[in-house]
Amino acid sequence: MDEAQLYSRLTEVFHDVFDDDTIQVTPQLSAKDVDGWDSLTHIRLLLTIERAFKIKFSTSEIGKLETVGDLVKLVQSKIS
Amino acid sequence: MKSLYTELGWLPRTPEDFSAQLKAAVSAEGPLGREFQALASYALDVNQLTKLARAIAKARAEGKSLDPLTTFKLAVLSNSTIDFIVPALVATAARHGIALEVIQPSYDQVAQEALTPDSKVNSARPDAVLFALDYRALPLKLALGDAGGAEAGIAGVMGYFQALRNGIKANSNALCIFQTLAAPAETLFGSLDRALPGTLRNLIDGINRELSQFALAEGDVLLDVAGIAEAVGLANWHDPQLWNMGKFSFADEMIPLYADHVGRVVAAIRGKSKKTLILDLDNTVWGGVIGDDGLEGIKVAQGDARGEAHLAVQRLALDLRQRGVILAVSSKNTDEIARVPFEQHPEMLLRLEHIAVFQANWNDKATNIQAIAEELSLGLDAMVFLDDNPVERGLVRKLLPQVSVPELPEEPAYYARTLAAAGYFEAVAFASEDLKRAGFYQDNAKRAQLQKQVGGVDAYLASLDMTITFQPFDATGRARIVQLINKSNQFNLTTRRYTEPEVTEAENDPQVFTLQVRLADVFGDNGMISVILCRPAGTASDKTKTWEIDTWLMSCRVLGRKVEQMVLREILSRARAAGIEKLTGVYKPTDRNKLVIDHYAKLGFTKIGPEPGQDESGITRWELDVSAAEPEAAPMKVVSLGFDEVKEQTVA
Repeated sequence: MDEAQLYSRLTEVFHDVFDDDTIQVTPQLSAKDVDGWDSLTHIRLLLTIERAFKIKFSTSEIGKLETVGDLVKLVQSKIS
Repeated sequence: MKSLYTELGWLPRTPEDFSAQLKAAVSAEGPLGREFQALASYALDVNQLTKLARAIAKARAEGKSLDPLTTFKLAVLSNSTIDFIVPALVATAARHGIALEVIQPSYDQVAQEALTPDSKVNSARPDAVLFALDYRALPLKLALGDAGGAEAGIAGVMGYFQALRNGIKANSNALCIFQTLAAPAETLFGSLDRALPGTLRNLIDGINRELSQFALAEGDVLLDVAGIAEAVGLANWHDPQLWNMGKFSFADEMIPLYADHVGRVVAAIRGKSKKTLILDLDNTVWGGVIGDDGLEGIKVAQGDARGEAHLAVQRLALDLRQRGVILAVSSKNTDEIARVPFEQHPEMLLRLEHIAVFQANWNDKATNIQAIAEELSLGLDAMVFLDDNPVERGLVRKLLPQVSVPELPEEPAYYARTLAAAGYFEAVAFASEDLKRAGFYQDNAKRAQLQKQVGGVDAYLASLDMTITFQPFDATGRARIVQLINKSNQFNLTTRRYTEPEVTEAENDPQVFTLQVRLADVFGDNGMISVILCRPAGTASDKTKTWEIDTWLMSCRVLGRKVEQMVLREILSRARAAGIEKLTGVYKPTDRNKLVIDHYAKLGFTKIGPEPGQDESGITRWELDVSAAEPEAAPMKVVSLGFDEVKEQTVA
């Protein structure tokens, strides 16, 4: 999966989790930019990504994520 | 096969355009209940359930009607994080015909909420309180090998449950729903944990056993979370990472399943469980096609893997029938040919005597299912249709969306499990009448035949040799009274639903007149068939002179037997004894009770119009002068029991 495909799949996940089809998923995007991205929704987002990409995050990995860019790097390291 | 459960394998898969469908639904005119119910009937995941719940909340906030969903207010008291669960509960409840409102107090405020009279939960006056407690937050201490210590530990937890229950009963009198505890997958000794007193597994086993008995004995409701967790596997149920991260008491993947179980129980409390199982025959009840393969060719024998799969379907159907589910057949076949296996195949478990309505013909199945519903006087939403053929399933779902149609896997060995996993026939109590119900409907068929033979209705009624028995509500009849109040839709003037505590309250209130009615006839005992509840009404000055008929319902099994007339005679005689001068009654229309629109007119009541509040969508109000009324007696013997005992009253 190349980066464009990954972003496209992530965009679907974001739209699904936040119930908002207008979210633009960019590397700079972070929790403060999205309505309703609180700590609980963060967990729901990551659980959905785990299922979508058939991967598993560790608790410490989840804690370190700041931006979508970080997230994409992490997902890439797990699916490659 | 864990996916059958976690992915709700009996429900159709969620379509790609679910979000678009949801958007279209909320912009529709008029009540949104049916749209939401249809969308909830897919196998939704947590995100989809969350979206649907948000749409329902928005519709509610905008004042849109959720009709015909039945409202239910549920408080959830939990010592774990339930933020993902609550939206799932709301959305899933729509699947079960319920417009659920959830009261969710702050995290881990279980005892405070239950015990404080004006807590958020108690002041919201919920219909029920769900105690969603996890073993990790209960006062449980290991007492390895110490039987006395283990017993004391179990007693301590039970004391805690008892105190919670007492708090809720005293402060809001809501129905309590208790969950059994899902034990952890980990053991300390290994297999010995089950046997040795005071291990965690041993303590949880003990609590679950006592809690189950406690809940049933007190008229409360049990949600067997331990059983759900066992079905999917304890290691799948519990997710230690999620517990550590956010105190989620089970894996997020399990939320749709858990929510479906809560939905079933709430629906059962409201009398919305299914009542009838309609079976397809070829490749469902037996393997093969009777019309092509013949009696010797169909697979329905022990020792044949295919045959055993279909026998398992038959066994489940028979067991369901034994607990009161009515069985019917809808098959595309020539009638005589379809009956042959029932009559002649030595290995068939199902026999014609078990089938209340047998529809084998070449009509489409939707038409047949409608005919079955009519013949049984039951609504389409009480029907489950089991068919191996996806085309037939699709047709019935499209034409009769009220009918529940489980998806079935390719492999017939999983048919019975799938049907059972769907939980259509969830019950929160079991009354002895249930055991006989399937038989009642068949006796009715016999009665109809007798009616044809004897001709005139009155002669027929006399030939039935009926005995009608009147009693005030009592503890013996209570379970059945609650069941009738929550299940009866058609012959029900007001469709008011009451929980067991509310029925007990009416039973004990000296101001309230209650009546339970039983009917026996030449074919047997019909059991309890009618329930009436009258409350004092009118202005302050004549409050003691008027009874308002709050509830009048009757089982459709005894329609056309002039039971209503006899019931009115009984009410009148009790009213006179109590110095009552006027009876008033209300007809509140629902989409199911058109049957009784003229009930009061037929009984000689005078219409006093739709006041108060003016024409409230078809409500009509009626009154009857107690001294002047004298409805005609019908040919049956009358027995009145238990009316001379004065209800216990506290004198102020």
